[in-house]
Amino acid sequence: MTTRELTCIVCPIGCTLRVTILGDGDIKVEGAMCNRGVEYGKQEAIQPKRIVITVVKVRNGEFPTVSVKTSKPVPKECIWKVMKATANIEVEAPVEIGDVIMKDICGADLVATRRVRRIISQKD
Amino acid sequence: METLVYDVVVIGGGPAGIASAIKADSLGLKTALIENRDILGGIPLQCIHPGFGIHYFKEDLTGTEFIERLIDRLRVSSVDVYTKTHVHAIDVIAHDEKIVNTVRRSGVTRFVAKTIIYATGARERHLYEIGVVGDRPGSGIYTAGEAQALMDIYGVLPGREIVIIGSGDVGLIMARRFSLEGARVKAVVEMLPYPGGLTRNIVQCLYDFNIPLYLGHVVTGVKGRNRVEKVIVARIGENGKPLKETEFEIPCDTVVVAAGLIPNVGLLEKIGVAMDPATRGPVVNELLEASIPGVFVAGNALIINDLVDYVVEQGELAAKGAKLFIENNGVPSVDWVRVEKGRNIRLVVPHYISGERDVVIYARVQQPERNVYVSIPEIGYFIRLTSVKPAEMLRLWIPGRILSRVDTRRITLEVKPA
Amino acid sequence: MRIVIIGAGVVGLSIARVLSMYKGLDIVVVEKEPDVGWGASKANTSIIHPGHEEDPELHPLRARLCVEGNKLWRQWVKELDIPAKWPGELMVFTNSEEEKEALRYIDTARRNNVPGVRAVYGDELRRLEPAISPMAVGAVYAPTAGNISPFEAVAALAENLVENGGRILVNTLVKSVRIKDKAVEGVETSGGFIQADIVINAAGVHADEISHSAGVEEDFVIRPRKGEYIVFDEDTSVKPLRLLHTTPTSLTKGVYAITTTGGDLLIGPTAVDMPYELKEDTSTTLEGIEYLLREAGKLLRELPPRSLITRTFAGVRPEPPHGEWLIKVYEEPWGFINVAGIRSPGLTAAPAIAYYVADMISKSYAVSLEHRSDWKPYRRGFLRLHGKSLREIDELVSVNPDYGEVVCYCRTVSKAEILEAVKRIKTIGAQVTLDGVKFRTKAGFGRCQGSFCRWRIAGIIAGLEGKEMHEVVVKMERYGLGDVKKMLREGA
Repeated sequence: MTTRELTCIVCPIGCTLRVTILGDGDIKVEGAMCNRGVEYGKQEAIQPKRIVITVVKVRNGEFPTVSVKTSKPVPKECIWKVMKATANIEVEAPVEIGDVIMKDICGADLVATRRVRRIISQKD
Repeated sequence: METLVYDVVVIGGGPAGIASAIKADSLGLKTALIENRDILGGIPLQCIHPGFGIHYFKEDLTGTEFIERLIDRLRVSSVDVYTKTHVHAIDVIAHDEKIVNTVRRSGVTRFVAKTIIYATGARERHLYEIGVVGDRPGSGIYTAGEAQALMDIYGVLPGREIVIIGSGDVGLIMARRFSLEGARVKAVVEMLPYPGGLTRNIVQCLYDFNIPLYLGHVVTGVKGRNRVEKVIVARIGENGKPLKETEFEIPCDTVVVAAGLIPNVGLLEKIGVAMDPATRGPVVNELLEASIPGVFVAGNALIINDLVDYVVEQGELAAKGAKLFIENNGVPSVDWVRVEKGRNIRLVVPHYISGERDVVIYARVQQPERNVYVSIPEIGYFIRLTSVKPAEMLRLWIPGRILSRVDTRRITLEVKPA
Repeated sequence: MRIVIIGAGVVGLSIARVLSMYKGLDIVVVEKEPDVGWGASKANTSIIHPGHEEDPELHPLRARLCVEGNKLWRQWVKELDIPAKWPGELMVFTNSEEEKEALRYIDTARRNNVPGVRAVYGDELRRLEPAISPMAVGAVYAPTAGNISPFEAVAALAENLVENGGRILVNTLVKSVRIKDKAVEGVETSGGFIQADIVINAAGVHADEISHSAGVEEDFVIRPRKGEYIVFDEDTSVKPLRLLHTTPTSLTKGVYAITTTGGDLLIGPTAVDMPYELKEDTSTTLEGIEYLLREAGKLLRELPPRSLITRTFAGVRPEPPHGEWLIKVYEEPWGFINVAGIRSPGLTAAPAIAYYVADMISKSYAVSLEHRSDWKPYRRGFLRLHGKSLREIDELVSVNPDYGEVVCYCRTVSKAEILEAVKRIKTIGAQVTLDGVKFRTKAGFGRCQGSFCRWRIAGIIAGLEGKEMHEVVVKMERYGLGDVKKMLREGA
């Protein structure tokens, strides 16, 4: 039965959680001020996951990039797969917030978080 | 030269300006919003991480998503928006007549306004301001905001081996961004003995990527001929000065300066607005009105905020102040009560309250402390907090009926151990 | 006749300007940096000295050419539209020892025919300089001192030279002077061999190396002497009217506190001898900053807070042995001319040095110098928004709407000025860099030191040059490593 201490990252408060994996495989989380923290603590013990935030190149848009995020947290070991996948793609403007840029990567979708309007040439 | 007349002229098209313009318009005031760039949105346009709108929209949005919602609201309002318009100078002609002189592609346009809401945001501290000496290689030195704009709007990678100066949230977030894009962040160097940013960011930006954090250290010099080649780091001694014998080098090709923000108040200084040397922003009353009547200030131009939600709240408050000013031909006179800083309080706004209405106080502590009361003893107000940190702005809503108890000329905001 | 001048600093370009006045001379200035004036010419105190600090017995050439240069600059700044002001200078003394030293210069002034130099005390001193430090006992006032914008001077000289048919080759490092049969043949450069009948060595800190490569003056060695400076932003409340400086000692020439032509408060320089290998070391130090702030206390009643330091920088002086300028025309090798070790008052004397060199060429080499009737003395600087009234701004924008797009907030620099700077850099044949644009427009010189505007200017340049933003060159290297996905693509 091991207990580790970790900081919850779900919201700015950052509760210190004490996560114990019990003998029967159950996980006890103490110190969380809300349920989301409890869930985070459990997940962190089993398989740490993170939301990945990055940008993807855009063609013919008012900005040369669109900001994106994974629709839900992905396993930490998988972060690089997501990042590598963003390295070689380019999307065509216009892009709306919520547009799916890439489907099914590490169990989540990559969705746009910035509107990029279409213009023919990029300036400034 | 063109002349346009408005009830409210909002200077700055970031979240504070947009929010105040929307509010002013909804209160029936004829409103203009002026922005220098060709797009609205300000800094949130380059903030692709979440943490925006938790209070305001009750959702955890990225900066980009948050600002888009505000811009959508602005679009359906009757605010006249002027982009690519640079405010050159402000003239105060009379109590209810200010001229905002602007430069645009069509020439000089003079906006005649009864009230001004000044929402120009902040600028970043740069390498020279934090006393880093050494070589000045042409390439490889960026402020954090510049690096963020380059990466997350313009798709430019500044460098591959990074040292970040400053462990505030901006620096931490950039550490993560660089790491994700395959660059190596060799160190975050922080001069205080504790990190400047939120613990959650230390975890998800530094620990997650095995980035060393040097607390109580400073970068004493940069070396490099045409591009940065290395930095010299030293531990700070008891007297706050770097200890030469602890110096070591970190080879790198990029230095990112995330050493804090300063309110961008040059135009206000020029018209003689009184400033608070602690916040480096204007002295204001509870309606966020500065020492020149009818000039209101909101957002990072007033005080450096950590949450955009507070920035928006300040913008809306300023608009309400403008409405009150216009309806009453000036904010009604009262015996203003001065808000003083007590124990462990480093910054506080507003500086003056009336005791007649609800007030939101924004403050920052000097040192981190656990298990405290934040209180205003003169009116018997107190709240208990498990921890206070300089990086986390305190927002205290104090109802008017408690404030009306005040019978002194000053009240003190202080932090006391519980 | 082809004349190659090594070094596009203020001395090299002044010589080029004067020589361009004459017929039959093909003038080529060769410069190792991407742009003109990137050596000591852009990192100095910017003073046009009266000449009362030059001992005519010890350094007769310096004394004479300094006084002449002071007069010539008055004409050149008008012809070339270079920002300049002539407020006069005060050599401040704070005790009787310094006073004794300072008063000697009144005699030097007399011997050099420098007008108006006299001692001032008390009320007269305070009237002359309201910002004077209470530590000041008195000062030696020299009314003919002035200051200019040194980088703009170099840019103006370069533009005027090219207008008059001269050429500037940047990114071209001279490795050696080729001599054949005891005469100059030309210069070996990083870009190949360039033929020349006359080679003029104005290579700043590297002039000794060039001279040695021509087999001349083997004992002449330039010692690098670094000078650090502090700059406070233009909206500081402390703005000396006159050019203030401390009394020189045997070790240093004194520290200056001046208001630059751009309106900033400049304090400096220090004077630190560097090891020979560190000729291009322009690093700043904490000790340098501390020293300057201390010395400035002798000059100014108050200093802005340290947190308002906008930037610090350093320049390296090419210090010759015994402080003696080496300006010499050689019979062997014929055609080689040294203009080396031009330390202070180098900037002041530059126009006079130029005429002196032209005169030597005419006499020693029997070259007939006939004035060209088509020589153009005038060069117009470009129009700037900064400092203009609203009416003037309105007119400017109506003629060119690009003046209505302000790119640098701190210094009110418009897109039109950025575009004009790029155009002028290209006209003189220099490489377009962010620094070159910054020095010509002053964008990025203000409070924010470019954190708002640098990427905007890079965007404009990228658009003009058809480049990607990260490909824009800052000084020597690029603005960014590559596009944001570069490391991921290449495999981290």
